[in-house]
Amino acid sequence: NSGVVCLLRPLLLDVVPSIRQTTALALGRLADYDVELAETVVKAGILPQLICSLPEENRYYKKTAAFVLRAIAKHSPQLAQAIVQCGALEMLVICLEDFDPGVKEAASWAFGYIARHNPELSQAVVDAGAVPLLVLCIQEPEIALKRIAASTLSDISKHSPELAQTVVDAGAIAHLAQMIPNPDAKLKRQVLSALSQIAKHSVDLAELVVEAEIFPVVLTCLKDSDEYVKKNGATLIREIAKHTPELSQLIVNSGGVAAVVDCIGSCRGTVRLPGIMTLGYVAAHSENLSMAVIVSKGIPPLCVCLIEEHEDHIKAAAAWALGQIGRHTTEHARHVAVANVLPTLLDIFVDARSSEDLKTKATLKNILQKCTYLPALEPLLHEAPPSIMKHIIGQFSKVLPHDSKARRLFVTTGGLKKVQEIQAEPGSLLQEYINTINNCYPEEIVR
Amino acid sequence: RAIDEDRKTKYKAAVKIQRWFRACRVRAYLRHLSKMAILIQKWWRGYLRRKHFRKVVERAYFIKKQKFYNEMAVRIQKTWRGYYFRKYIHNFYALKKYLNAVSMNNELVRHELQEYAEMKENEEKMKDLEKKEKEKKYQARKMHYLLSTAQIPGIYNSPFRKSPDPMELLLQKSKPLTHRKQQVKSPFVDELYDWPTCKEPPAFVTSLPLLPADRQKPQGPFRDPAEVLQQRYKPLEPTLRVRESMYSPPAKDRESTRRKEWRNPIHDNEFLPFSSYHKNYEKYEPSLFKSGKYGQEAYGTKYFREVYPKKWIADKDFETLFSSIALFEKFGKTYSSTGQIV
Repeated sequence: NSGVVCLLRPLLLDVVPSIRQTTALALGRLADYDVELAETVVKAGILPQLICSLPEENRYYKKTAAFVLRAIAKHSPQLAQAIVQCGALEMLVICLEDFDPGVKEAASWAFGYIARHNPELSQAVVDAGAVPLLVLCIQEPEIALKRIAASTLSDISKHSPELAQTVVDAGAIAHLAQMIPNPDAKLKRQVLSALSQIAKHSVDLAELVVEAEIFPVVLTCLKDSDEYVKKNGATLIREIAKHTPELSQLIVNSGGVAAVVDCIGSCRGTVRLPGIMTLGYVAAHSENLSMAVIVSKGIPPLCVCLIEEHEDHIKAAAAWALGQIGRHTTEHARHVAVANVLPTLLDIFVDARSSEDLKTKATLKNILQKCTYLPALEPLLHEAPPSIMKHIIGQFSKVLPHDSKARRLFVTTGGLKKVQEIQAEPGSLLQEYINTINNCYPEEIVR
Repeated sequence: RAIDEDRKTKYKAAVKIQRWFRACRVRAYLRHLSKMAILIQKWWRGYLRRKHFRKVVERAYFIKKQKFYNEMAVRIQKTWRGYYFRKYIHNFYALKKYLNAVSMNNELVRHELQEYAEMKENEEKMKDLEKKEKEKKYQARKMHYLLSTAQIPGIYNSPFRKSPDPMELLLQKSKPLTHRKQQVKSPFVDELYDWPTCKEPPAFVTSLPLLPADRQKPQGPFRDPAEVLQQRYKPLEPTLRVRESMYSPPAKDRESTRRKEWRNPIHDNEFLPFSSYHKNYEKYEPSLFKSGKYGQEAYGTKYFREVYPKKWIADKDFETLFSSIALFEKFGKTYSSTGQIV
């Protein structure tokens, strides 16, 4: 900071190689620590000097140079752009072609940090020809190198479908899929995240990932002891399930839904979120799939999530998933209602929290419109706000004219009294429903 | 005047009568006319209505038939749609079976995953246990001096205990720990670490394995046991050719020359010096020229040239003046069974 960088600069061109190396290491550590130091390093024009003699240097220097580049690139997109403009990418590619695994690891880490920021930088990394070399790195025996290469591929493919397609064309999917059964937890995290970033963009990519025969091996990842492995495994399944009903069908047939349900039951917190969304996506495609989710005992963990979790977005996701399950036919709505989850949903709705309302209104509406299970609807009658009341009364008015036992129950539980107390404008839908209900009973009782 | 009045009254009466009669006639005529008009209108209207009625009847019949056909068509479509939907689109029993299959599959998957998780846990536990055991054994080896002697009971062997502590037993079993020898770094280490496939430097024999100190020397003409052990457990010192990796440049060049050699030769079968080599490879198949009706012809095996003494210019047969190949001179003149001359 206080002129340190200017002092270090001439040492980079020193004759003795170990001095050059140590200078580079010092610069790297400085840049790693602080953004401003990194900017100073870039402004002082050190990068061209660092990179110019790279091909002839020994492997320790290459490692430290790659470390410096990585330390600078990780702070912000502008610094990464500066690195790319210096022409550092070609040098890093030369480092990737080296034999020493440490050098390769440092180079791929630098590529990963550069590609992380935005699609243009990723495109620059791909244009430098790094992707085939990274795929080769994945096949190396060292675990650390595999980890870093997998995380770099994940960072490259997350931005856009074209980049993901480039990664796929280099033949990455087969190698990544082979590494899923590997016992190392951190490696599994990166591999699963890479595969999910590839699969999320389009149906074709998701189908390619599925063709690499990841099912049912991926399900063992959902039982791993590491939380993030479970989370990334669930994310991968979610990205595959969300595209088409056929893919969801595949997941159901291979027993994926049961594994996801168990996974949700065993985790706490944000780790559950992808699993919940998976169930929602699978159930959303068709009623058969939604029935399959119900049969795999999917509803109880979702209810538990709804009640236990404190985070808003997880609750919203659980409510959305329940809505997707319950909205297809009366059978589905009955299963959801039997699980005693409607009062909880109503409470959340009434509780006036900002983004949740939007989602639960649609959820509640969808479930209620199909629900004919009257014992579950009754407690809602007493507490609901008018917008929901409309739907509840509507359901009652559909069922009561036909079912005499239900009518008797309705009167004895005080539902009829409650209905009378509701004020509604004449001519509105609510009034019509109330009239229909009143018409089912003889006059004296209505009085 | 009375006749005048009479005449007038008669005239008036006659006029009255004529008038009345004419009126009657006219009335009858009008009545007739109206009756005729009514008749015509009646017939005309009847005709029109009948014509119309026929049309109406036809239309009604057509509509009736149409309704009937529609009814029947609806019936057919109803049964067909019910059948089709129940069989293909929303097959209840297939759905039920499918859901049952899904739940069974889920059970299986859950069971397997449970087993997998348990196996992993067991592995972890085993690893932990083994680590602890190793720790304990190492500690025991380090503290071997705490073993109880015949006179003095050791720490773990208190006289008030019924049986000695398990630590005591460990101590009895363990060997005393010697100091770790300084590892001599081989001078080739740095170069070798540069090779991508080489993980450890080749281990040259630096020290002999130790024999137990109290071993009694066996009697008899046995070799020095140290020598024997060295010979038996000598580590492999591969030649440079073997040690060099497959991917280094000299190996690749060798590969290319080998391939050239394989490509270039004219004959596929290499030259084998003795006929016994050929016996294993080539089985002699007699050609059709040489096999005759009653077995093999002797020509080609027993003798090689037809002999016509009458055609000879001189009396003698061909004579070899000198031998060009020494090996061929031995043909038939050695005591081996190959090469028997006729």
